[in-house]
Formats: sequence, C-alpha cells, structure tokens
Amino acid sequence: MKQYRTHLLVCAGTGCVAAGSFEIKKALETEIAKRGLQKEIAVISTGCNGFCERGPIVVVQPEGIFYQNLSVRDIPHLVEEHFLKGRPVKKLMYVPPKEEKPIPKMSDIGFFKHQRLIVLRNRGRIDPEDIEEYIAFDGYKALEKALSGMEPKVIIDEIKTSGLRGRGGAGFPTGRKWELCREEKEPVKYLVCNADEGDPGAFMDRSILEADPHAVLEGMTIGAKAIGAQKGFIYVRTEYPLALKRLNIAIKQANEYGLLGKDILGTGFNFTIEVVRGAGAFVSGEETSLLAAISGRIGVPKQRPPYPVKRGLFNKPTNINNVETWANVPQIILRGAKWFAGMGTKGSKGTKIFSLVGKINNTGLVEVPMGLTVKEIIYDVGGGIPNNKRFKAVQTGGPSGGCIPENLLDLPIDYESLTKVGSMMGSGGMIVMDEETCMIDVAKYFMNFLRDESCGKCLSCREGTQMMWQILDRITKGKGELSDLELLEDLAIATKDASMCGLGQTAANPVLSTMRYFKDEYIAHIKDKKCPARVCKPLIKYTILDERCTGCMACLKVCPVNAISGKKKEVHTIDQKKCTKCGSCAEVCRFEAILVE
Amino acid sequence: MTIKLNGLNVRVPDSYTTVLEVCKFYGLEIPTLCYDDGLEPYGGCRLCLVEIGEGDSAKLVSSCTYPVEDGLVVRTNTKRVIKARKMMIEMLVAICPSSKTIQDLASKFSVTKVRLPVRHEDCILCGKCVRMCKEQMQAGAIGFVERGYKKKITTPFDIRSETCRLCGGCIYICPACQLRCQGPDATTDLCSGCLSLEPTCIETHDDYQCWMGTTGDCGTCEGRPDQRKSKK
Repeated sequence: MKQYRTHLLVCAGTGCVAAGSFEIKKALETEIAKRGLQKEIAVISTGCNGFCERGPIVVVQPEGIFYQNLSVRDIPHLVEEHFLKGRPVKKLMYVPPKEEKPIPKMSDIGFFKHQRLIVLRNRGRIDPEDIEEYIAFDGYKALEKALSGMEPKVIIDEIKTSGLRGRGGAGFPTGRKWELCREEKEPVKYLVCNADEGDPGAFMDRSILEADPHAVLEGMTIGAKAIGAQKGFIYVRTEYPLALKRLNIAIKQANEYGLLGKDILGTGFNFTIEVVRGAGAFVSGEETSLLAAISGRIGVPKQRPPYPVKRGLFNKPTNINNVETWANVPQIILRGAKWFAGMGTKGSKGTKIFSLVGKINNTGLVEVPMGLTVKEIIYDVGGGIPNNKRFKAVQTGGPSGGCIPENLLDLPIDYESLTKVGSMMGSGGMIVMDEETCMIDVAKYFMNFLRDESCGKCLSCREGTQMMWQILDRITKGKGELSDLELLEDLAIATKDASMCGLGQTAANPVLSTMRYFKDEYIAHIKDKKCPARVCKPLIKYTILDERCTGCMACLKVCPVNAISGKKKEVHTIDQKKCTKCGSCAEVCRFEAILVE
Repeated sequence: MTIKLNGLNVRVPDSYTTVLEVCKFYGLEIPTLCYDDGLEPYGGCRLCLVEIGEGDSAKLVSSCTYPVEDGLVVRTNTKRVIKARKMMIEMLVAICPSSKTIQDLASKFSVTKVRLPVRHEDCILCGKCVRMCKEQMQAGAIGFVERGYKKKITTPFDIRSETCRLCGGCIYICPACQLRCQGPDATTDLCSGCLSLEPTCIETHDDYQCWMGTTGDCGTCEGRPDQRKSKK
C-alpha cells in the first residue's frame, strides 16, 4: 500500500457535488501534479461531511484542517501556500457567524464538536466507492463476528438489549421485529431496506448511502443471518442517482470479496441483495406500499395486520428496516449492546441523524445522541438563526410531523417526548423557522405536499388533505371565516382517525400542531385580515412613509410593475392596484421608508 | 374464536375472516360503500369504521379489511366512530350530491349540514368498478391513474380499451351512478332525507306528526302548493 504524507478529503456528497466539488478535485489533482507532489499527497473523494452550508469542503489530514466554500480559483493558491510552503490558508477557513477569527481545525468547529458519529462515522473519511477503505476502518468485522461466532438468537438478543428502535419514524424496537420475523415458520423470508426518503428537507438516508453504503450492506447481512433470510431488497428513490451509483458499486465489490452472495466468508451462509428503484411516490415509504412497489404493483398501502413480518413481500415474512437502522447494526454487534445502550435516554437509545434546514446558520446533516434538547441542536450545533432573527418554531418529522414552538426549546429529542408535544421523530428532518415565517403558510405548504402525495385510496386522506388545503389557502388569502377553524379541526381529526396508513394518520399534524401553538396567528388572519409574519401577500400592504421618503427614486426604478410614482426629491407613492407585493422596494430603500403591514 | 363486540363476548365462526363479516352476522348496522360480498375488500370509503382496542391504544380501523382475531375488542358505535363516519359522509355528499346511495347514507346517519364546498363530481373513487372488472369479469380494462387529489379511474391512456367487452359491470356496481330521486328539490346539497328517522320538523313543531306531510317545513311536501299555503 502506498504511503502519503497528506490526504486531501474532498467532500463528494450531493450538496458539495452540486457546488462543484468534482471540479475542485480535478483542479487539486492538476495543481498537485504541476508541483510534482502527486506521490506525497493523495486526493480522495468522500461521502457527505454534513456541513452542506459551507460546501465545497476539503479536509486536510492528518492535521484536520478544514477548508470550506472553495472555488476552483482558490486552488492554485491553496496548493502553493499550504502543501508546498506549509502555510495553511486562513481566508479559506471557517469563520463562525458573529466572529472574526477563523477556526482551522475541523474538530474545533461547533458544528462538529457536539456531534457523536456512529452511523456516520465514515463520512468525510473514506472513499465510499472503495471497499478496502471501509474494511480498513473495521468494516465487515462485525459481519465476521456475527457469522462465525454468534447464533441467530444471540444476535437478536444483542440488538434487543441495545434498545435500538426503528429510525424510519415509528420507532418500533428493531430486535423485537427481527424476533417476530424469525419466529415465522415459513422457510423463505425477505429483508428490505427502506431508502425511500421523501420528506422535503430530509437527506439522512441519502447521505448514509452516499458516504458509507457498505455499512448498510453489512447491517443487512447480519440481519439476514439473525432472521434466516436469503434475499434482501433495497428500495431507493430514483431521485438519488449518486446513492444508487455508490450502492451498486458497493454491492458489486462486496460480491467480489465474498462478503455477499454465496458462502459468505466461507461460513456457508448465502445472502444476496437486489436494488429496486422507486418511481417517485412519497407514499411508497410506507411499508406495505413499498412492498407493493417492489412486487411491481402500484404503491398503495394495505391493511395491517397482517404485518409484513407475517405476510409481506410475495406473501412471505418480510422484515423492513430503514437505512439508518441497518447502518446502526454493525456497530452494535462490533462494540456491544451495552456500549450502545449507554447513549441516549431511557426509551430512546443511541444517536439520531437530523438534517438541519431552513432558517439556520449551519445547514447540514448532524448526528447527535438522543436526548439532546432542541435548543442544543439548533444553537450549539446549528449555530442559531441567521441575521439576528428570532426563532419561532421547528418542524420535526417532515410534512406529517409537527412544529415545536419557542417555549418548548428545552424539550429533549426522543421518540416519546416528540409525540407528546404533537410532533414526531419521523426520519429526522428539522426545518427551522424564524419570526418571518407564517405558520399558516407553513401548514399550507405541507398540506399541499400531502394532498399531492396521498395515494388517494382512503376517502379521509384524499379528501381530507385536499379540503384542509383549500381552507388554509382561503385563510391565507384573507377569505377565511371563524367557522373555518372548527371545520379545519373536524377535518383534521377525521383524517387522522379514519385513514388506513401512516401517511393519512399523520397528515393532519401540520394543521393540528400549528393550531395548537399558533392559534393567535389563525385568528389574526381570519379576524383582523392580517398576516403577523408579513408573508401572505393578499393580507399585506406596502406604503411609503411621507416623513422618511427622501425621493431618491431607488424604489421607483426597481419596481417591476411600475407601481411607484413620484419625482426626484419628492415623496413617492405606491399604486396599490398595481402593486404585486414583491417586496423589492423595501429591499432597496435605505431610509426604511417603506412600511409593510 | 371469541371477540368482545360492543361489550359482549361473542363467538365467531371460523369461516369469518373480517370484523365486518362478524358484525353483519350479529346484525349490527355498519354502513359500507366500497364493500361488496363478491369483491376483494378494499377499505377505501372509510365508512365501515369501528373502534378496536381499549384505552389509549384504541384506534379506528375499516372493519371490511381488518382481520378478526381471538380476543379482539370491537366497538361499533362509539362517539369517535360516529363523528368520523359523519365527516366521511359529509365529504361524500360534498363530492357527489347527485348520488342516491350517498344521500340515503346522509339521511340515515343524520348528516344534516354540508360545510364543505360542493363539487358535483361523478366518481367517489370507491374502486368497486375496478375490482368488478378485474375480479368478476376477468377483464381488468379499467384501473386507477395518478394519486392524491388527481386520482381517477380510467382505461389505459384514456382511450377505448380493447380489453373492455362493454359488459356494463362497472355501471351495475357503481354506487354513485344511481341518481337521487327527483323529489321536491333535487338541486340542494342534501336531499329531503326521506330515510331519516329523526323527525325533520322537530325544530319548528313540537308535534312529531308533522313529518307525515302537512306543514311543509321539512320540504317534503313543497311540491304541493296547497299544503304550503296552509302552513301560513
């Protein structure tokens, strides 16, 4: 094996790739070759680092120096200064908001400091397209342990003791599920990995598959041994091309290395994995509908019971777990259930990956121990709200989750406490909202998503989401009536109660939770015809304050519909009939003369 | 097999597989729309809701699809069931007020107002025709297209299907195809509710006999001008 003095780890997660990390990698290679350093410095593309806000990212090892927001133009200077002359380039390092001094080392940055990496332990560290790098970091060691020395029952007991719960949302104890599936008498059993992650703003599973696909394969093979399955399926969204590519490479390599397929590690155990591409339906993330999709039917949920562990794929017992759950398994087997159970809260063990998006400084992917408070995640890891705005709420659990308001910031994140406040863990999306977010608008957005993604089988869900959306739309347009609130609540409860699958049963959550915590906003929209966050266009009005306007004509020039009239050094006026409320005038006015109400 | 049905422990014959079948066997009135004896249960109309389990874990399920198992606790007429069922009927009336089946359901289960915008659609997507075509006629000429609020039932590519034999089975089974009776006022969202057992004049008259058709408050006798006059 070749030795290098320095490794440059170029983040090749989807976020960084979109920001141009492949070009960065190419530029690094050319610059390094130009200076004759190619035998000393290796450039490696890795999975997502999680700090997507700051991409493209390059980490220099072994020093651990973190370069961010790179562009191809920076590369010659960077290579010259740092790798030839040994002077790290300060201006390419990360500067936290509200501070001036750059932080050179990755481990000192707040975003990384508070994280505990288990599932994502290999992110930004190994090349996901090379199985040997995975093996070098203890990869497939757990598989060897499980296949050679552990009875299926022992493996299940280990998972049960660890307290691992399904990371897909509902939080069913994983060991218990395996046990139920193992107990079935049927000789043919299947394993399924659910990688149909469809929540807006969630990219946990995508990142795991892109950064460490072998962890999922290893977890599934261990699970197959425990349950007694010979065949597994991974259902991945077609919208994840990079994840699909890396997964297929990983499966091919694992097969070549004898870690998958026939007679794994010479133990006589057979297990094959097939990748199935989803066709873009959110509802296919629901397990019965996912199984329908794998077997070639339309992704429409079915009545449970019978549960998939009894009668699932092709009517055989089937164990379905989510990507993150599978990726936890090798670490539990390798390091022991006690170690895993030592993290988290009473009912929720281990870590959880969250995707932090919305109005937050450090947009990206974080893995933290269960039980951390919402506040710690948003402020310590996420770096707080940008532009000194005030925090308003955070939506957890994706579209079917709920919002958590400011007064619950100290809530510890685990399955039970989230459900108690009307939200849910979901797969781990966290959408942060600041004071400039209108909660009715948010509820409307999610309802629009859900009415589109409902499979349309149950009347309650198909019509419930559609009708709730209509009412919310009416309210945001200033046409709401107070009686709408009661109707909205009736619809929400009926949708929740009467629907068959998880999508319908949680579809009312955006409405119920915003009504629970932000009822005053609903009243303001309906009664006063005002949008307190100044988001709903039909309810806001732009006017020019006479005493502040200097007649600089800046707003007049920028208005796209010529709604502003006035002469130089004279007070301008806005023609309300023409105004489209785009807000351009308020953005350019330097005298704060535009009043929005 | 024994289950607890509305508080009573009842025996269930082994040949019965769903909760709905058991309820019907014991003579309980459970409305259904997408269910038919000769078709595979679908569970789309959500009218046959019953509450299973007790306490916090109690939940509503569609009885036509829920498998009956030993020790199951089933309640068919709880407040939660009635409220959800009424909302479902209200939705159905709002989608398709011209269907007799739906209007009859509304009157039978005392849905007296429709707060939702009325759409006058032809199809309620119960899927009976799709199953009829596939399971009974062995054709499979029609199916569901799209999802969510765009969902519809049609032939592949919306063109005349080669597979369709024009047997009319789909029309025969459709609960929305049968038009409501052209009573006194066929254009209102809710019909006069002849099936309702609740006296409709109860609001204005203390006399229960009014629904026999003398005063006209309920609208039943609006077609008779002499009767309307006598009211004043």
